[in-house]
Amino acid sequence: MIGLTLLVRRELGLALRGGTDAVMAVVFFVLAAVLFPFGVGADPAMLPRIGGGIIWVVALLAAMLSLERMFSADYEDGSLDLLYLSPVGLGTLALAKALSHWMTTGVLLLIAAPILALLYNLPVSALGALFLSMLLGTPILSLVGGIGAALTLGARRGGVLLALLILPLYIPVLIFGAGAIDGAVAGRPIAPQLMVLGGFLLAALALAPWATAAALRQAIE
Amino acid sequence: MFHRFANPARFSRIAARVLPWSGAATIALFIIGIYYALFASPPDFQQGETVRIMYVHVPSAWISMACYSFIAVMSAVALIWKHPLADIAARSAAPLGAGFTLIVLITGSLWGKPTWGTWWVWDARLTSVLVLFFLYLGHIALTNAFDNPQRGARAAAVLALVGFVNIPIIKFSVDWWNTLHQPASVTRLDAPAIDPAILTPLLLMALAFTFYFVTMLLVRMRADLNAMRARALRLSAAE
Repeated sequence: MIGLTLLVRRELGLALRGGTDAVMAVVFFVLAAVLFPFGVGADPAMLPRIGGGIIWVVALLAAMLSLERMFSADYEDGSLDLLYLSPVGLGTLALAKALSHWMTTGVLLLIAAPILALLYNLPVSALGALFLSMLLGTPILSLVGGIGAALTLGARRGGVLLALLILPLYIPVLIFGAGAIDGAVAGRPIAPQLMVLGGFLLAALALAPWATAAALRQAIE
Repeated sequence: MFHRFANPARFSRIAARVLPWSGAATIALFIIGIYYALFASPPDFQQGETVRIMYVHVPSAWISMACYSFIAVMSAVALIWKHPLADIAARSAAPLGAGFTLIVLITGSLWGKPTWGTWWVWDARLTSVLVLFFLYLGHIALTNAFDNPQRGARAAAVLALVGFVNIPIIKFSVDWWNTLHQPASVTRLDAPAIDPAILTPLLLMALAFTFYFVTMLLVRMRADLNAMRARALRLSAAE
């Protein structure tokens, strides 16, 4: 537990000092979502219908942008080897990395999401669904993304490869996240979708750090 | 017993002995199966002649899922016991599985147009098979993404195990969701819900596809082993 706290504090410190990286993901998030009304037309009746899905798709892509750097800096300068030898354990390291990735990406997306809801003319009644689905869904993106980031350490063309590996695994989150918002817009109950997302989150929390640790072990050895 | 067959030299010897037989069985089964599928079976009373697409579609679907399960098992073996042969088996099976999955998607699409009136619907079965195809592509890409083939094989093994969550989703998607795709009619606990006249060519084709898969897998694994041996020889010659 102390190891986890220390590692998260280290990551957050690095992210704060690193400056613009985390902000870039949010800028991408807003910018990419702004592109859609130009492409599909800005009909105020249609935008709320597609808004939930678009916000979620763009959130997946934005979360993926910063995944590649989750382990690569530590891998290249050798910190990862030292962390491997430290008593903390790779599972805790994976959890700490995912947690700090979520704090530097997912939380910012969560803050920016209401702005997009405004741009997409989402009704106020859907804001709760948007917030809750993103709150439950974005940590899954960081946890599952950590597996991909660890698998592609040292690979050629790591970025494209990461997208190919991770995006299929993100589809369930997208289905239920966007489903919750659509349900709220249409006035249906959203509890089932949120419960499924919560289930995904618990499963990812239990299994993803373990898989990430296995992938890291292969990368280090 | 397991370790005995994990010896690459012994594997090569056994594969060389099995290959002619499995190759001959593949050809014979395909001839009989295609004869039954195209000539000796009646057209369906609702679907007409398009039912014959199923004789390719369903066996490919079975193989595509069985192949992924095979890769997952081999990956677990490779990660736990570090058998090099398990790595080679997983690496050799992945492109075969991707090919069968592509056949499933294409034949399903061809069958869907006259029967459902659309090439594609976003129902759970179709979508999860599409995800399976992307998992295969990711597995192949990850295997080849590293300068050190060992590292690629291990990374792909972890990915195969993570992606295995998709297999039960595909299998049970027709039961869990209300899909356009029809539920299972052969692999049920009671008697299959298919007329024997249609079931016979289906099972024959499934057998033919299975033998084809095994034959191709053995060919690819032997080729991979030989390539590794050639690389090792070239490296030792260069020293």
